Amino acid sequence: MGNTIRLALAVAGKDLRAELRSRTALLSALVFAALVLVVFNFARDPTAISARDLAPSALWITFAFGAIVALNRAFSMEREHAALDGLLLAPLPREALYLGKLIANLAFVGIVEAVALPLFVLFFDVELGHALGGLIGVIILATIGFVAVGTVFSAMAVRTRFAELMLPVLLLPFMVPPLIGAAAMTSRLLADRPLSEMLGLLRLLALYDVVFVTLCTLLFPAVVDE
Amino acid sequence: MITSFSAARAVVRRGRAITLLALAGLVGVYVLALDYTPVELHQGPAQKIFYLHVPAAWTALLVFSLMGVVSILFLWLHDERLDLFAEASAEVGVMFSAIMLTTGPIWAKPIWGTWWQWDPRLTLTLFLFFLYVGYLALRASIHDPLERGRFSAVVAILGMLLVPFIHLSVYLFRTLHPKPVVLKPSAPSLPPEMLRTLLISFAVCLTLYLGLVMMRYGVGMAERIREAGGEAGEVADAG
Amino acid sequence: MPPYDGPLLAATALARSYGPLKVLRGIDLSLTAGETLMVAGPNGAGKTTLLRVLAGLMRPSAGEVRVLGRRLSHADPDARRPIGLVSHQSLLYDDLTLLENLAFTARLYGMRPPREVARRALEAVGLADRAGSTPRQLSRGMVQRAAIARALLHEPSVLLLDEPFTGLDARASDAFRELLVARIARGRAMVIVTHQLAEAWELASRVAVLMGGRLALDEPRQGAVAAFLPRYLTVTGG
Repeated sequence: MGNTIRLALAVAGKDLRAELRSRTALLSALVFAALVLVVFNFARDPTAISARDLAPSALWITFAFGAIVALNRAFSMEREHAALDGLLLAPLPREALYLGKLIANLAFVGIVEAVALPLFVLFFDVELGHALGGLIGVIILATIGFVAVGTVFSAMAVRTRFAELMLPVLLLPFMVPPLIGAAAMTSRLLADRPLSEMLGLLRLLALYDVVFVTLCTLLFPAVVDE
Repeated sequence: MITSFSAARAVVRRGRAITLLALAGLVGVYVLALDYTPVELHQGPAQKIFYLHVPAAWTALLVFSLMGVVSILFLWLHDERLDLFAEASAEVGVMFSAIMLTTGPIWAKPIWGTWWQWDPRLTLTLFLFFLYVGYLALRASIHDPLERGRFSAVVAILGMLLVPFIHLSVYLFRTLHPKPVVLKPSAPSLPPEMLRTLLISFAVCLTLYLGLVMMRYGVGMAERIREAGGEAGEVADAG
Repeated sequence: MPPYDGPLLAATALARSYGPLKVLRGIDLSLTAGETLMVAGPNGAGKTTLLRVLAGLMRPSAGEVRVLGRRLSHADPDARRPIGLVSHQSLLYDDLTLLENLAFTARLYGMRPPREVARRALEAVGLADRAGSTPRQLSRGMVQRAAIARALLHEPSVLLLDEPFTGLDARASDAFRELLVARIARGRAMVIVTHQLAEAWELASRVAVLMGGRLALDEPRQGAVAAFLPRYLTVTGG
């Protein structure tokens, strides 16, 4: 078990090092996030819809699409020069490979979210106050949900001709339950509702994460093993 | 395992017979729905589309779950016939799903006054359709048959487990925003004629599914034989 | 437990099908330390499939592969430990330096300390001064040397080479061959898969031809490649 974690961290470390060196995917994701936030702001009629009403939707669309942009790069580095064969040949349990990719993807998407959140607070004139803790918790739970399934699908999509198209087509239905839960909770948290009112949604997010991380860990070998 | 064109043709023939039987049954259901069943009090004759919409929905959902189970077996047993069955089911299932999505709004408009509503069931039908389409799109973009089988199996299994979550999330969402629902799409207890017609319609839908799947499966068998370059005994070398 | 003294690599009745298409139809082979098998055959004969099955990357439809007596299977990662692979692809990451690439490999194989092990491996192939370069900045010949360093890092007992001479000019080919002979072949079992017979001829102790999914012509290497060529052409149908 400890070995699996150690190997997973080695894989994640390698991914992070390579991505931070090239920065291409990270920058596109960040620019995309900023763009969505700006467009949302200019697209609404300020007299009809307050920025605060729009805020949860804008935030979660930003996070969802930013996640997709970040996930697209997850396995493309393994395609050049058949590096994936090196990973599959090594005495690396597939769970460790999945976990490592998952951790790296969570880190990337986390970086995008960490940049988008302050922008969101700024552009939408939102008062976070004591909602921040709850909001961060929701963001973490929902992101784990997207990325768990997204990691498996990006491993598949990279082997198709239109990888950037295939990933969203496959992933979007799977993002819906965490998105619904997260967006609903975000709007309530921003309205200063206590967490105790939203326990059902919180449980949904947590259950989704447990089920899909487990399932994806079990199914990932079927994607990479021939 | 899949070896001869004549076996493929036999499957298609049998499938065609079953399909024709089912289509005849469908005409019967149409007649039953229009003449035999009573007109529903609140919704009027428009309600009768329910006899097609609901069984199509059940069938689409059942087929999707079946695909999930078959996919698990495929990953375990590596039998390409299971993959072929999943593929055939997906193509038939997407058809039923499309029927659901078109009959849903047609029914909804006269009754709810709106083409669409985000209630758990309708939302589920929409996402089921997306899942089917995603599955078929993935299959279309992978050429290696083994890889195609493995990848689609993973999608089918994940999709099968997504369905309860979609239902649950929409349900939770709506209980937070209670909307007055004046008319429910189906009454809690049905008079016997309605129930009977509904069940007959469901049986017809299942038969239709079976017939269509067999036809599609037979065609798929022939495709695979052709892809491999000939029948058993003349299987070509890879190069 | 007595030390293992059987063949380093053994394949029994290997078969691999893609649906009804049978690519491998019953391959047996057995290699002991110091033996090098060259598997030749025309493009598309299934050589790469064979190599991937031997490496444990691909599951055979029937039969088994044993490395140091241990059966290869997806469920047993450690069984693959004694295998090294040199492909015509480098298996390296473009955005990492050679040192970082090899240090990562060292971590995958649990070798410590990773950077030290990586540095030594690069020195052994004469690339110590390029340790800070990324693969993009190197010539093809140097990339191939780095790929060898990567493959040998964990001191595998079995080395598999898939078309290793692809894209190498005459000088790089010679250098690669020298490297193989001098440092690598001793004590290992090697399988070289290639359609360029002349390149690998001197390295092999046995030659075999993969045709029709089976190993036709499996014999010790004797004489010059020119003498072998006519028989090769006959077997592969010209």
